[in-house]
Amino acid sequence: MSEAFEPVLLRRVGKPTGASIDAYIADGGYNGLKKAMAMQPDEVTQTVIKSNLRGRGGAGFHTGSKWMFLPKGYTGPIYLCINGDESEPGTFNNRVIIEEDPHQVLEGIVIAGYATRATTAYFYLRYEYGRCYRTLQKAIDEMYAKNLLGKNILGSGYSLDIHLHRGACAYICGEETGLIESLEGKRAWPRIKPPFPAIEGAFRRPTIVNNVETLACVTNILDRGPEWFQTIGVPKDPNNPRDAGSYGSKLYCISGHVNKPGLVELPLGITARQLIDQHAGGVWKNRTAKAVVPGGISMGFLSANELDTPLDFNGPGRAGCLGLGTAAVIVIDDHTSMIDVLYNTCRFFAHESCGQCTPCREGTAWSAKILHRIRQGEGTMEDLQKLDDISKTIGTIPGTTICGLADGAAWPIKNALQKFRPEFEEFIRSGRKSEMREVALAH
Amino acid sequence: MSVLSEGLRQKIRDHFSRYPNKQAVTLPALHLVQQELKCVPTEAVEEVAELLDLAPAQIFDTLSFYGFFRDEDRPLGKKRVWICRSLPCMLRGGDQLLAEVCEKLHLSPGDTTPNGEVTIELAECLGACDGAPCILIDDELKLNVSVEDVLRLAGESHE
Repeated sequence: MSEAFEPVLLRRVGKPTGASIDAYIADGGYNGLKKAMAMQPDEVTQTVIKSNLRGRGGAGFHTGSKWMFLPKGYTGPIYLCINGDESEPGTFNNRVIIEEDPHQVLEGIVIAGYATRATTAYFYLRYEYGRCYRTLQKAIDEMYAKNLLGKNILGSGYSLDIHLHRGACAYICGEETGLIESLEGKRAWPRIKPPFPAIEGAFRRPTIVNNVETLACVTNILDRGPEWFQTIGVPKDPNNPRDAGSYGSKLYCISGHVNKPGLVELPLGITARQLIDQHAGGVWKNRTAKAVVPGGISMGFLSANELDTPLDFNGPGRAGCLGLGTAAVIVIDDHTSMIDVLYNTCRFFAHESCGQCTPCREGTAWSAKILHRIRQGEGTMEDLQKLDDISKTIGTIPGTTICGLADGAAWPIKNALQKFRPEFEEFIRSGRKSEMREVALAH
Repeated sequence: MSVLSEGLRQKIRDHFSRYPNKQAVTLPALHLVQQELKCVPTEAVEEVAELLDLAPAQIFDTLSFYGFFRDEDRPLGKKRVWICRSLPCMLRGGDQLLAEVCEKLHLSPGDTTPNGEVTIELAECLGACDGAPCILIDDELKLNVSVEDVLRLAGESHE
């Protein structure tokens, strides 16, 4: 980590005219697409497979393999959905790349569309990103004017339309089948899988759902080659045939109690400590980190003695967290109450549970109520047992829910009780009340 | 009398060609209606349903899932200000900000000022954690804001 990493995904961020198509092309933009279109669609997929690119949205699934699940020789419409519903607390990388460099993402969409033979792309964008919406609409218009979208793109015979579709402030729309239901005009209730979207997705047709950052990676992989991509990050573990490696760079979002919150791009595998000390100006107010969220709140917590955990696809899991998630790192200083922190995460999931599966709907609501009770100085030791029970029984891992939202709700509870239990017990015994303010809802 | 103007109906119809069926136009249509009317009244639900060849219950089913849409009893103010309370904002004073803004305006989250100018909402993560605490005004994010900033941006600063 001695020499500074030259950013790829963020290389054009901060340029005043960076979002315009002419500036993008002047910087070498759309070369990846031209290279892709010189190949057969299957060769493009093979290139992405060879790069070992794994999805950046949270699950880390192998992108090329996902494309391969599409039925062969399918003659009906195939849809590509772009997941721009970035809502995991702590995560803002998609916002930054869309606002600053929309064509890098849009180029990846056309490449992915060409590879998967998609006929239409739906860009599902969370409503909160109004500036992204306007930036993208302008960029899409520019693409049509240059025949980079529409009929017979660059004379390749391939045609694609991209439609922007705005969400309506619901976290669950980031789950790919919830996103599809929402796109179809329904409540965003995730579907039971299988069938996976590649077989039966949007409008009951084969559908690929890819994250925004993933598609930006695709652009660069096609331009620079899969070998280049594999020179960055953490190679496969030779002793573990199932390890897919953690190749490429990643956009790490750093927020919370640091001197310089922000977005940095680094090779996968940087540790939480390096990220905080070398790239975020250290913990603020000369304090120390008590806990660190490794990848959005659904991934749980690293404790102060786990900060040397590498933030690649394997590291957080080895430290007992759910995974790398969105690589959104939230730093919590030693003056903060973990009771307040856990209450915050439980309140979030209680608010965002879609209500379809009983264990999640009830489990998230009760865990928030129990934490509220503890915050009010009215908790009991039995409450900790109840929280423990809830955290072990909701989610796809115990097999009681349709989607992973409940696993994400359970993980911060599990980690907090494993790693910070004495603080909870002391707080309950003391009978103190939380100092954090809370306002009641009007309705 | 129709609650949706012909212009609004046409904007909704303009979305039909983008999707293989009309039901997919539900969210775009609800957004358009709320933008113009500051709420989605029951009559609008019925009229949108007619335009999309759906039962009103189907529209209502979707609408009621997203806390985003308002019925005619609780229309939005001219500006809608969302104050984030998720973890990265909480760690940098988001809950405090929400509490103080509500106190100054004598509102609870979800309420609108009596002059109909501003609706204050609590938000879960707005995706601007690099500038916590952050708010969203209509659909524009504002980062690193203080109570005074919020009141000024909301046009409610009278001091």
